[in-house]
Amino acid sequence: MNYTAIADRPDESHHPTTFVTKYIWSQDHKVIAIQYAGTAIFVGLIALVLSGMMRLQLGFPDSFSFINPSDYLQFVTMHGMIMVIYLLTALLLGGFGNYLIPLMLGARDMVFPYLNMLSYWTYLLSVIVLLASFFVPGGPAGAGWTLYPPQSILQGTPGNDMGIIMMLASLGIFIVAFTMGGLNYVTTVLQARAKGMTLMRMPLTIWGIFVATILGLLAFPALLVSAIMMLLDKLVGTSFFMPALVSLGEPLSYQGGSPILFQHLFWFFGHPEVYIVALPAFGMVSDVIATHARKNIFGYRMMVWAIVAIGGLSFLVWAHHMYVSGMNPYFGFFFATTTLIIAVPTALKVYNWVLTLWRGNIHMTLPMMFAIGFIFTFTHGGLTGLFLGNVVVDLPLSDTYFVVGHFHMVMGVSPIMVLFAAIYHWFPKITGRFLNTSLGKLHFWITFLGTYAIYLPMHYLGFLGVPRRYFAMGADYIPESAQTLNASITVSALIVGLAQLVFIANLLWSIFRGQPAGDNPWNATTLEWQTATTPPGHGNWGAELPVVYRWAYDYSVPGVKADFIPQNCPQSAVELVADERAAADVSGERGGPYNEPTA
Amino acid sequence: MNLLHKLTEKPWLAQPEGAELALAEDTSLRFPARTALKFFIAIVSVLFFLFSITFLSRSQFPNFQALAGEPWLPLSHPSQLWFNSGLLLLASVGLELAKRQAARQRVNGLVLALGFAVICSIGFVIGQYLVWLQLSGMGFTISANPANSYFYLLTAVHALHLLGGLLALARLIYLFGERPNLASLQQNLSLCALYWHYLLLLWLFLFTLLAAPADAYRAIAAFCGL
Repeated sequence: MNYTAIADRPDESHHPTTFVTKYIWSQDHKVIAIQYAGTAIFVGLIALVLSGMMRLQLGFPDSFSFINPSDYLQFVTMHGMIMVIYLLTALLLGGFGNYLIPLMLGARDMVFPYLNMLSYWTYLLSVIVLLASFFVPGGPAGAGWTLYPPQSILQGTPGNDMGIIMMLASLGIFIVAFTMGGLNYVTTVLQARAKGMTLMRMPLTIWGIFVATILGLLAFPALLVSAIMMLLDKLVGTSFFMPALVSLGEPLSYQGGSPILFQHLFWFFGHPEVYIVALPAFGMVSDVIATHARKNIFGYRMMVWAIVAIGGLSFLVWAHHMYVSGMNPYFGFFFATTTLIIAVPTALKVYNWVLTLWRGNIHMTLPMMFAIGFIFTFTHGGLTGLFLGNVVVDLPLSDTYFVVGHFHMVMGVSPIMVLFAAIYHWFPKITGRFLNTSLGKLHFWITFLGTYAIYLPMHYLGFLGVPRRYFAMGADYIPESAQTLNASITVSALIVGLAQLVFIANLLWSIFRGQPAGDNPWNATTLEWQTATTPPGHGNWGAELPVVYRWAYDYSVPGVKADFIPQNCPQSAVELVADERAAADVSGERGGPYNEPTA
Repeated sequence: MNLLHKLTEKPWLAQPEGAELALAEDTSLRFPARTALKFFIAIVSVLFFLFSITFLSRSQFPNFQALAGEPWLPLSHPSQLWFNSGLLLLASVGLELAKRQAARQRVNGLVLALGFAVICSIGFVIGQYLVWLQLSGMGFTISANPANSYFYLLTAVHALHLLGGLLALARLIYLFGERPNLASLQQNLSLCALYWHYLLLLWLFLFTLLAAPADAYRAIAAFCGL
């Protein structure tokens, strides 16, 4: 069987001819990527509005009559679930994974384009089911994004009826969509690489996406198992997770189930999920930093090994989310140890990013600003993770704002900083135009400083003992100074939220009016920048597939005239400087015609 | 070892001219669907592994009553399940035969073997449904006991995977009708055969698990530290 993705001369009959097959029922990975990204950003904006509503209530309690305690819990639940799964997972893997895998590997498309298309439409269905739950009687699920039973399906919890059913159904549909997409990503990486593209010549972006996809394929079944079993508990009356209970004075028919079992299953998915989001971000930020510092990534092999090690270890740390649920002390000790061990490859990556910047020819472009911002936010979020990984420290802090501050820094802000870096970096390839630099800088500074204004004080509130998940603290429950801080967090959050409108406006304006960028504006080495047309046409590469002659990080190679050598450039075509002394002279500042956008 | 060797390459070192082309295998030899199927089998295995772990864990709670072990329990003599297992085994054999017939370009034998495999597969699903009816008729309904819940759940999820396989097989036969290509059919039938063999093994595992007595669960759970 001949697969279009790896065929040197694609079958012309596969080219879409009508508007519908080109842009709607499209099997082209680039269109599917944009569909994924558009849907994910749309649903992410809804989650952003929900967080704004939560912050309004927390910052100014008793001021907004349209937010009652049930609404608040539903906002918390939907915000968390949407952001983690329907935005981050979908945008990083469905969006960037789809766009970059074939282009960076020199393939024409994913190996199963039809399955890829089905993946997107199934994802869209899951989003529609999830959003529809806002309009069912009782509203959406309100049990917290972890959906812990028994309270998630019991009377008294908002959305305990149709809301939770639709949430679980939507998750099941999402997992089917992800599995279809994920099978495509791993198979394409393993089977559709261009000639010469060995595994160790793949850009780190691909390594991150590849390992994250394997994590997803192995971790999402845990969520599926728990969703199916909880649906049966809710709909059929089984007792997988439900213990014997008395609800509203009436004994229920459930007996003997174990809520802790659900927690194990949920976090067996939930912790790898952190790395499903983080690993693609690690990969993309590595490529952004190397390109904009005009320097090869420091310790490429270590970076690859660290990605693989983090992927493996991520399955051994799940119970650190459950210290407060109670467990055998040896169990806690084991998970605290593995949690601290996983910090080693993670820290190694941070050092390597910083060492890549060291003495690099740093161009303070927008992608680079967001990438450096990411190093800050990720380091701060990671360090507080070391606190929480220890059982004795976690127990008093677990239900406080310290945890909210920690995981938003490490899993919210950090991947989103990378997503912005990636969007500013690859937008010129996707559309052929730059995003506006002035608006971008405004967006960066408000977002970067604003997120610190939001999340740093939360750590302090956590130390004070301010509990998370509460609708209102009450006048005497926390000191007035803490409430003042809470109000300031809300003001910051609203400003950061509004700043994202600047980004959306920039995105929309630049698609049509942005400064033209050319094929390879950043003088990058990786294959996606070497396409004949920008944006790349259907089939990506014209008549012949590219051949790869080198790794992805030949920046500022001593003795070479230009400061980068594309991966598809043979040694014989590399232009050397006249003599070795000249080579030494220019090795530090060989800036080629770096087509930076004007402000 | 090969993977270890690949992961220790030093890609920043210059390769001799022309070495890149030697590194890449012939693309016509690649068969992505086989890779995808192997991953899919891994995913399904994880799914059932997790179901099984929760089953073993749940079996140690006081109100769990195993479906086998005592003479009056329904799965102590599961003759219908043995019959169903035989059907699935025959289906698996049928697909293997169909694959070999396709390799020898014998269309008549291929059609016979495929028809046999499909009938046996559908027979298995119907047989499982009959077991459901028997069990619920005897009062072993899905919510009466966690052991029953798991029986219905695991057999249903397994049967759904078989039905998914049948859908894929139907598509294969349809595509063959559109564009007859025995070489391609043989390649794809080898995937179906692999999937059916896997589902057979999976079923035998589930059968063993579901029809085990309470003592066996206790022993396994103790061994796993549950």
